[in-house]
Amino acid sequence: MKHFISTRDLSREESIALLDTTADMLDVRGRDVKKLPTLRGKTVANVFFEDSTRTRLSFEAAALALSADVSTLMSQGSSVSKGESLKDTLQTLEAMGADYIVLRHAHSGVAATVAASGWIDAHVINAGDGTHEHPTQALLDAFTVRLRLAGVASRGAGLDGAKVVIVGDIAHSRVARSNILLLNTLGASVTLAAPKTLLPTDVSGWGVSTSLTLDDALDAEPDVVMTLRIQKERMSSGHFPSESEYSRFWGMTRERLTRLKDGAIVMHPGPMNRGLEIAGEVADSPRSTVTEQVRNGVAARMAVLYTLTGAES
Amino acid sequence: MTSIVITSASILGGAPADIHVVDGVIVDVGKLSVKADRTIDAAGLIALPGLVDLHTHMREPGGEGAETILSGSRAAAAGGFTAVHAMANTSPVADTATLVERVFDQGIAAGFVEVRPIGAVTRNLDGEQLADIGAMAHSRARVTVFSDDGRCVGDSLLMRRALEYVSTFGGVIAQHAQDPQLTLGAQMNEGGVSAELGLQGWPNVAEESIIARDVLLAESVGARLHVCHLSTAGAVEVLRWAKHRGIDVTAEVTPHHLLLSDENARGYSPLFKVNPPLRTAEDVEALRAGVADGTIDVIATDHAPHSASAKDCTWADAAFGMVGLESALSVVQAALVDSGHVTWDGVARLLSTTPARIGQVEGYAQPLTKGSVANITLVDPSFTAAWDVDRLVGGSRNTPFGGLQLPGRVMATIFRGTETVIDGQIVSELRRA
Repeated sequence: MKHFISTRDLSREESIALLDTTADMLDVRGRDVKKLPTLRGKTVANVFFEDSTRTRLSFEAAALALSADVSTLMSQGSSVSKGESLKDTLQTLEAMGADYIVLRHAHSGVAATVAASGWIDAHVINAGDGTHEHPTQALLDAFTVRLRLAGVASRGAGLDGAKVVIVGDIAHSRVARSNILLLNTLGASVTLAAPKTLLPTDVSGWGVSTSLTLDDALDAEPDVVMTLRIQKERMSSGHFPSESEYSRFWGMTRERLTRLKDGAIVMHPGPMNRGLEIAGEVADSPRSTVTEQVRNGVAARMAVLYTLTGAES
Repeated sequence: MTSIVITSASILGGAPADIHVVDGVIVDVGKLSVKADRTIDAAGLIALPGLVDLHTHMREPGGEGAETILSGSRAAAAGGFTAVHAMANTSPVADTATLVERVFDQGIAAGFVEVRPIGAVTRNLDGEQLADIGAMAHSRARVTVFSDDGRCVGDSLLMRRALEYVSTFGGVIAQHAQDPQLTLGAQMNEGGVSAELGLQGWPNVAEESIIARDVLLAESVGARLHVCHLSTAGAVEVLRWAKHRGIDVTAEVTPHHLLLSDENARGYSPLFKVNPPLRTAEDVEALRAGVADGTIDVIATDHAPHSASAKDCTWADAAFGMVGLESALSVVQAALVDSGHVTWDGVARLLSTTPARIGQVEGYAQPLTKGSVANITLVDPSFTAAWDVDRLVGGSRNTPFGGLQLPGRVMATIFRGTETVIDGQIVSELRRA
């Protein structure tokens, strides 16, 4: 594996291996000395053309935990608007010694374009591209699900038979796309819950079922409810009328929490709009995995860097 | 006096015959035994009338880094064209008599094809106030086609007025049918592929609703309408209905919409980013059927050159459009002729006679007959190869067809008796007839 662009590229074996490596990395993080020497002398460049403090910090922590040198470039908006092309920016960073480019961009397909372009030789890790994919988020989510549902004995296992509901703004969500692909690869079944305005017009190729309201989706007694962050701008663009209406039909409320079966969990990729897509009491409940997801995120990103390094030797 | 004799050419795909050209005019067609200054052995080649493109972007003035009228004229000749219409969305926009005359004169100076400027419908393409339509119609360039192409005349009242006003001067509006609101931020065809790629979708209805509105407007004011680059099955249906109703409307389709689909966008190569977007395989099939049954009148390239940097970038940053002049006939042969949808005389109708009639270009009414202007294209239909980007002779290289196995090759182009392509190669300098 040279690049990490999309969870579509992962076989079941590769996916499970990444989950197992994530488990190893989580063990490292629990030790007295929390670092591995794997990337000593290597440079990881975090290139963020779109602000995302938590993802950037998570990748920085992961790179540092593998003893890499880390440089960070943050630039609002498209590089083109600043007069320098993305190609020039990346070639400059590589000339300065970057071995890994962690790339976040507001436009879909940018990581794939860079990986295929021949502009640079460095490894490319997709840290979120527009409304396309966010594959490390999917990896940390799948790991979180596996650990919660099956415990530490889950090493080597997929997510076969797990029932996952993803609720919210599917149409604009890179988290949803990467998760759907990886969850399907791992054997879980996925149901999407969203108003038609927030569902893509055609998801027939996605291998999912759809429900129009969260209550319908909860009737199937899912093991996992993944809530997505909803952008408040979607109200002015006519995707839904008001916060109260969104919360009423698609919010993970306290009442809906009581409907979940034993052992079921509620996830959110953060940052949360408490009271909108997820009630405060739900986010703080024992079923919530929000802080575990953040912790597992560092381990999952270590696992990705570690795995790409292995491809080199 | 200069003379050319073309021997044993299959006329419009029919029986072989010789064509004798003297001083830019076809003086005889048949089994001839004449001497001429130049003899072209056309055994195995098909003779078509010089091709006429209703829709190109020559980029001059303002975009000379991508194309000039000279480089675009050469690309056209290489593709077998003898006349092209140049869209108005240059910088500055072709919205006055002075500007269209400049384009017209540059075309004459280049000399490879007849360059017919298209005038803007609205000043600066802003969609607010009519451009100097009458002045352009009465200029030396004698503009007959008006279009804001690149943008849609979205305002219904302005479109009505434009249809009425243009018909006053005997012209036609070529509408770029794209509802602006329904396509805000749109990147590619809306459907399964856009959902997967996370690129904002461009719904079919954005095209079809404008066409439906415009055919009804044209009917209500008794004006003629031409619809640019149809791309959806629904658009073909609307057109079919309008023609059945007797509305005076014509429509074009591009070669790329007859061959490629949104599946090509997987991989995010900006070479496949185009407006209107590549649609689904079902749309491609409906467009071919629409050509075959006469619903679609002409094939036009929408030749849209862009500099390398406008395509060597991410999908979202890339410009819309692809070059199409040099590859047009090969793509048409693959999509329509070899697939059995049309014959070669149909190709002549779609790529020469009918676009010339719509654009009021003289000299194309009786193609390849005694007494007509010597605009002739010779094609080798048996040629087949991976399409080589080095066949591009224009100012830009943004073709989506590179490496694709495509049939056919333009072996000769004759523009008013002057050879612009000889032995499959564009001439470096014209020897005027």
